[in-house]
Amino acid sequence: MIRHQPRLRALLSAGITLLLIMGLIASQWLLGDTPQQMQFDARLAPPSLAHWFGTDALGRELWARTLAGLSISFWVGCLAALLSTLIALSLAALAALSRRLDALVSLLIDTLLSVPHLILLMLIAFALGGGTQAVIIAVAATHWPSLARVLRAELLHLRQAPYVRISRALGKSRWFVLHSHLLPHLLPHCLIGALLLFPHAILHEAALTFLGFGLSPSQPAVGVLLAEAMRYLTGGYWWLGVFPGLGLLIMVLCFARLGSNLRRAL
Amino acid sequence: MLTIEQLSLRLPHYGTGYAAWWKRSWATCLDNLSLHFLTGEVHALVGASGAGKSLLAYAIMGLLPASARLNGQLCYQGQLLDKRSQKTLRGRELALIPQSLNALDPLVRTQRQVAWAAERAGQSSGSARQSARQALDHYRLDTRAQQAYAHELSGGMARRVLTAMAHVSQAQLVIADEPTVGLDPHQRQRVLAALRDLADQGKTVILITHDLRHALPIADRVTIMRSGKLIETAPAHAFQGTGRSLTNAYSQALWLALPDNAFTLPKPCAASIADKAAGIKAQQEISVA
Amino acid sequence: MALDVRLINFITQELAQGIAKRLARLTLVLLCVALVSFGLMMASPIDPIDAYLGPQMAQVSPEQRELIAQRWGFDAPPVVQFSHWLRQLLSGDLGWSHVYNQPVSEVIGQRFQRSIALLGGAWLLSALLGFSLGVVAGAKEGSTLDKIISTYAYITASTPAFWLAILAVLLFSVFLGWTPTCCAGPTGILSQQVSLAQRLHHLVLPIATLALLGIANITLHTRHRMLEFMRSEVATHAFAQGASRLDVAWRHGIRHACLPAMTLAFASLGELFGGSILIEQVFAYPGLGQATVAAGLRSDIPLLLGIALFTALFVSIGNLMADSLYGVIDPRIKLGDL
Repeated sequence: MIRHQPRLRALLSAGITLLLIMGLIASQWLLGDTPQQMQFDARLAPPSLAHWFGTDALGRELWARTLAGLSISFWVGCLAALLSTLIALSLAALAALSRRLDALVSLLIDTLLSVPHLILLMLIAFALGGGTQAVIIAVAATHWPSLARVLRAELLHLRQAPYVRISRALGKSRWFVLHSHLLPHLLPHCLIGALLLFPHAILHEAALTFLGFGLSPSQPAVGVLLAEAMRYLTGGYWWLGVFPGLGLLIMVLCFARLGSNLRRAL
Repeated sequence: MLTIEQLSLRLPHYGTGYAAWWKRSWATCLDNLSLHFLTGEVHALVGASGAGKSLLAYAIMGLLPASARLNGQLCYQGQLLDKRSQKTLRGRELALIPQSLNALDPLVRTQRQVAWAAERAGQSSGSARQSARQALDHYRLDTRAQQAYAHELSGGMARRVLTAMAHVSQAQLVIADEPTVGLDPHQRQRVLAALRDLADQGKTVILITHDLRHALPIADRVTIMRSGKLIETAPAHAFQGTGRSLTNAYSQALWLALPDNAFTLPKPCAASIADKAAGIKAQQEISVA
Repeated sequence: MALDVRLINFITQELAQGIAKRLARLTLVLLCVALVSFGLMMASPIDPIDAYLGPQMAQVSPEQRELIAQRWGFDAPPVVQFSHWLRQLLSGDLGWSHVYNQPVSEVIGQRFQRSIALLGGAWLLSALLGFSLGVVAGAKEGSTLDKIISTYAYITASTPAFWLAILAVLLFSVFLGWTPTCCAGPTGILSQQVSLAQRLHHLVLPIATLALLGIANITLHTRHRMLEFMRSEVATHAFAQGASRLDVAWRHGIRHACLPAMTLAFASLGELFGGSILIEQVFAYPGLGQATVAAGLRSDIPLLLGIALFTALFVSIGNLMADSLYGVIDPRIKLGDL
């Protein structure tokens, strides 16, 4: 039944994602310092009723650390996606101003798109010396080109559109044209672009942290948890590797589905 | 041949406003149609754009989108048509000449496409190729056109290819959906003559068009449709003189509206049109100045 | 006939011009990549002299530091350093990697040889499998097969590459013991003596993991194209001729979905390379990806710059191929442009 109702589908996935976000925020309140609490009598304990996801080498609860890691990922991803949408929008607007600026912006887009994301991320994180700020900036600075390309094409197309030209010829102000003709077209693109950027941003943040360029190892980020798990892999401590990644997967999946459902519905 | 009884069709659509996010409403596209097609006739379906002519064709072929809701009965030679029987009859007994020239696959050469159509009608691949060549020759497409891609064909050539594809299937019921769009008078005559030919061979042709003028020379009977409803079915010879033998005012108006019928506008209407024309002319002069 | 000859001349001329234009653009983009990455390196708070010295940092007097700075040109203004580096680059000298104690070009060459097996294998596998899965799923929307394939693709598209690699190691290497956990060959054997079978044994899991991730994108894209095609006028017309879904998908659909899939496969080389960095890290596979991480973590600036440029070249050529494919394959563009 729901197959033929894309809008209902989008609403549903929005609801699920909202629940997830609220759960994450609530968990930050409720957890307190549980993610950092060490239990010396329960080191590397397998999952059980007492330790839901098991514990790590210092006896810290893995479920608490996973939740804490997910909320860090969420905030980093949010900020990075927001920042990169802003960059994309402003550069696209800049490109629409003059031909020379347009050439410059598209050269920049081509340049950034020709370096693999992860390498560019490493270069930027290296240049900024690591840490949370560096990760957010790096992720934001690498993810805007694809969205900017879409927005630029859309803007160039809109500028030539007959109704915009007629509107301007009729003597409407620039502000009126922007407000009533351009923005209604661009905002859905921005919203969905940001939503689709978000999963990428989270995944790249985790990857960067996993490789050791991102968040500091003292924070319970998902990348850090998985990098720790790597050391205990051959010992068969599977829970260390499985649960944090599963959490990340679920979060990313939620946002990715929401983005694509919304795109289909709008 | 084909009987349609109390056929209704609804398609889902979204309204405006916030309720559209979770509520879906239905648009009635065909409303309680009953029609009968005879063997060996050219039956024209005439109506304005959006009258539901093409949807009726798709309903007969069984090609409606999955979300469509269909009520009523279709009977083909005494056999009740449902999804499964339509699937087996398609291509063998029922053929459709689509309205759009984009229906030709742009990535496949002409002759091959026609041969595929023949294969789908049950021929072996060798004989399919041969009958494809014959059919294309019959519609006067030379070797160069037969080896061309769709974008290299002119509009008239593409139309003839589509007709050839319906021709090779040996179908008993051919539905031609607006086959005269975008053709010059000479080409149009040819396409229409080809359809008349098919009917004279004992097949049934349903000719869908919005222009009564194109339908009348070859049609045996004409059905007028308007916004999903059936207005009137009349023999083609009823459309003559002042159209007095037509029972419905809409079909009379449609007939009288043809330029050949010395149609004159009522006076107040003509005056307002003249006013408008003067206004437009004045505007143009201002803009030139 | 004369017309045909002129036409062919015209086409080749167009083609040559197009290629020249693309190559010029490629050079410009690479120059920009060099500029941007060099700028980022200059902005880094890490002292290049410390990075050069490594652990011997404390044993060096300030005078010696100055000598080192003079020798390597660290004290010159950035513009001079950049032009110096660029001149070296053009003469084929990428600099000296202090992590591997080898010229950068040699490091990249050796490492890339190992990576190309991983990248190439995964690329081919993901393109072929992804395309066929996408065609099967898109041929009938909502069928059981479509549901299975698209669920699989949606999930793997959101899976972190390194997590999947960790799972693969856990399952196949640790618990089942089918494949080795690390490296490109058995430990303790010189790389020249590793047999082909051993090499393949070490490669199979990384390739499978990388391919598994690459499949998702191509599958989703191909499926989308197929769904679009199945609703198109061409498909409806084929159905009207009595064709089955299989017939329509096989005869028409594949032709229409093939080009976008190939384009995507070429355009996703960057993503593939990114994935290979993570996967090489998890499997401790000594390829270019691992060298990238080592260069970054241990501040080997020349190597990092070299790799950035090399991968940019690699990805740009992929993009170039993706752009040119349409002109070569699609009959509409061959003559449609004229």
